[in-house]
Formats: sequence, structure tokens, C-alpha cells
Amino acid sequence: MTKIIPLTGDQAAAEAMRQINPDVVAAYPITPQTEIVMTFSQFVADGLVDTELIQVESEHSAMSACVGASASGVRVMTATSSQGLALMWEIVYIASSMRLPIVMAVVNRALSGPINIHCDHSDTMGARDSGWIQIYCENAQEVYEMMILAPRIAEHPDILLPVMVCQDGFITSHATEGVKIIDDKDVKNFIGEYIPKDPILDIKNPVTYGPLDLQDYYFEHKRQQAEAVKNAIVKIPEILKEFNKLVGKEYGFIEKYRMEDAEIAIVCLSSTCGTARVVIDELREKNVKAGMIKIRFFRPFPAEEIVNTCRNLKALAVLDRAESFSGRGGPVYNDIRSALYQSVNIPVVNYIYGLGGRDIDKNHINIVFNDLIEISKTGKIKKLIDYLGVRD
Amino acid sequence: MSQKNWKEIPIGGRITKPGSSLEYKTGTWRTFKPVRDESKCSQCLLCWIYCPDSAIHVKDGKIDYIDYDHCKGCGICAEICPKKCIKMEKE
Repeated sequence: MTKIIPLTGDQAAAEAMRQINPDVVAAYPITPQTEIVMTFSQFVADGLVDTELIQVESEHSAMSACVGASASGVRVMTATSSQGLALMWEIVYIASSMRLPIVMAVVNRALSGPINIHCDHSDTMGARDSGWIQIYCENAQEVYEMMILAPRIAEHPDILLPVMVCQDGFITSHATEGVKIIDDKDVKNFIGEYIPKDPILDIKNPVTYGPLDLQDYYFEHKRQQAEAVKNAIVKIPEILKEFNKLVGKEYGFIEKYRMEDAEIAIVCLSSTCGTARVVIDELREKNVKAGMIKIRFFRPFPAEEIVNTCRNLKALAVLDRAESFSGRGGPVYNDIRSALYQSVNIPVVNYIYGLGGRDIDKNHINIVFNDLIEISKTGKIKKLIDYLGVRD
Repeated sequence: MSQKNWKEIPIGGRITKPGSSLEYKTGTWRTFKPVRDESKCSQCLLCWIYCPDSAIHVKDGKIDYIDYDHCKGCGICAEICPKKCIKMEKE
């Protein structure tokens, strides 16, 4: 029996964690992720989960405790935002390089400074090279479902990489919506029993974690990590096939919204996709062949699928909710352009928007599509990289 | 020790077989090598106690040999020796 209950994005993440019932959660509360830790703590206090909840004194300790717990051979989850992710930074890389399948909910929030508590993607975009798989969610429903999917990806024997499940701070994390919940037993069946690889607590088979690794072997271990990411490209669709049967969806690396005959399109992540859908529907009413590529998995980067989706386009705009300060546009833009280079020769422009929680509304997305209409007609780009919603 | 490729080694820098430090010859890091003058040595074994790499080998209560495969040349043995019978010589 399926039920729909009102949940915020944070509560949806916590609800998924309740159903997964991880062995260890080590976390530190930070706005706007606080409600995940708060809600999950209540589940622990109410005896609804068997989880060992470790209340730590900082995010550096949170991820450190996660690494230790995961190496011991149990299922581990955590959650953070912004400065919290920044503080756990060195251990974030250690988790992935030790190949520990930790799942972390990240509620995207702008990085200081100046200090700001609202949404942009500067926190997780900074971690895009950390070796974690990154999933970006549009709404609470997707947060809930991706949290349940995440352990299966992380724990796959050919992958064994940690996973971040990202949602937009406040916009998604604090807005209540009806979330369709899967039966507890179906979640249990789907995620299955955790079978750890090389657990430290298996005293019959002693293992050393984290030894010094110099010029002679470090490179080989990095090569293995790169292979795990390549494996993820192959294995994630297989896991999704099974998951889609469970949830009745068609989840993939990306979502193509009205792309069948699209001539112009935008690329975006997370909650902005919701606003873009409305604008695209309205443009379609006016016979503008507009579409959207929603990137769900940013790591691994689904280059091939994106390239194939762009083949018949006349112009493409990439929306970035983070500035990479390279002087050459945002992080999503750079990966997209690099993927299209020598494959699809179309004008690709970049809009950096929504920093520090600046609203993005239909008007902003209409500006982007108007620019795209102009570019597709004239073939001329006025501004390769522009800022959307900033006061000029 | 022959070097293995990335497909042949455990993932994540893990060591899944104990005792591998024996195979890892840290002696190559050394610039100065401890050389003991046996005629002056009182067999107090302080060097054996202090050696951080367990590179001083003892047999029947006496120093047997210095394991140059693992001695990193830190010089602690020479420093601690009350008889000053260990000299650090450049490799």
C-alpha cells in the first residue's frame, strides 16, 4: 500500500534514512540541513531505528566518525550543508579514496563569505572532484527516492564510492509537499543486507586502512578510483532499472523534458528545473520548440547522454548556481562545453544565477529562452557568460 | 618487491595481508648509516630498545646485526649509545 504524506525535503531525507535503518549516523546540525539530523534523532529516541547516532562536535569529526564506522564494516549515513561540508573537506576525500560507501544528504547552501544561509551550489560544486557520486534533486519526492537509491549505488561491489544526495537549501529543504512513500519492507528488500568489503572488525582477516602510499602505489590507487567512476556509468543504469520498477518512474542520469523536437534548450539542476518546466510549457503554447536537460547525476558526468540529446539543437544555455571563478563560466557549463566539443557544434551560453539564495523566477528563465531564440536565428552570441538576476 | 599494476592490488590503499612492512624496504630512505664498533660495545642493548624501526636484531642477549633493509638512518642508536660505539657514516 502506498501512502502520501506531507514532508519537507529535509524530512523526506530523514524518512528515507528511517527506512534504510543505517547502523551508524554521525552528524552535526547546520542550517538548512538541521531538520534532517533533528528528525532522525527523534526516530532514534523513539526506537524506530537501531542506528548508533554519534553526536559529534564538528563536521570534521562527523565525517571522521563515518569513515571509521564504515571501515569497521557497517552501513553509514550523514548529512551536512555549506560550511559543514567545507569543514569536513579533508575527510570527504579520504572517504572516497578509502572506497567507503557512505551516503550523505547535502542541503545546498552558499559558502561564506559573506556569510549566507540560503541556497546555491557552491558547496557541493567545490566537491565535484572529491571522488563522490553526486545526485541533484528537484523536489522532496526526488530527495526521498534518491536517498533510497544511493546505498545501492555506493555499495555496488564494482563501484564502492560514497554518494552525496543534494537538494536546494530552504527552497526544497523547508518546503512541505506530498511525498509518496514506499513500504518499509519494499525499501528493505531493495537495499538488501550490507555486505562490507574488507571490514576492520573481521579479526580473522586483519586489514590495514590508510597506510602511507608513496610514489610507488598512490597512482595505482587513484587509477582504481577512476575505474570505479567508469564502472558507475555502466552499473547505475542497471540499478536504476530495478529501482524504476519499484517506484514506477523513469529515472536516468539526466531527464529530457520536451526534448524530442526541441530546437533550443536549457540545462539546469535541482529545484530550478521545476520553474523551467512551467516556462517551457508556456513557450510550447506559443510554438517555441523549447526543452530542458535536467542533470540528475553530475558525478559521474553523463557526457555521452548529454551529447546525444543535444545533436538536433540550434542553441543551448547552461544555468549554473555556482561561480567557479575561473573567468570562464560555471562548473556545469565547463563540463557541458567540454563534452560537446568536437561532437556537437552549437552555440552554448552560460548563465550564473541564484547565488546566496537570490530568487530565480519565470521571468529570468524567459530571458534565457529569448536570448536562445535570438542566437538560434542569428547564430550570434552577445554574451557567452552572463549573470542572471544580479543588479547591473 | 616486484611492483603490481592497479588491477592486482586491493582497493582503497588497504593492506589485506598482515606483515607487509617486512617487504617494504625503508632502508633506501637512509643518508647516514649506523656502524657499530663491536670491540667498544658493552651490549647494554639501549640501541635495541630505542630503535623506532626494530632494525637492531638481538640473539642470545647480544646484538646480532643491524637490518639495513629497514634502518632509515635516524641516528637515535648512535645518540643513545653510552659507549659512543655507533658512528653514523655517510652512505
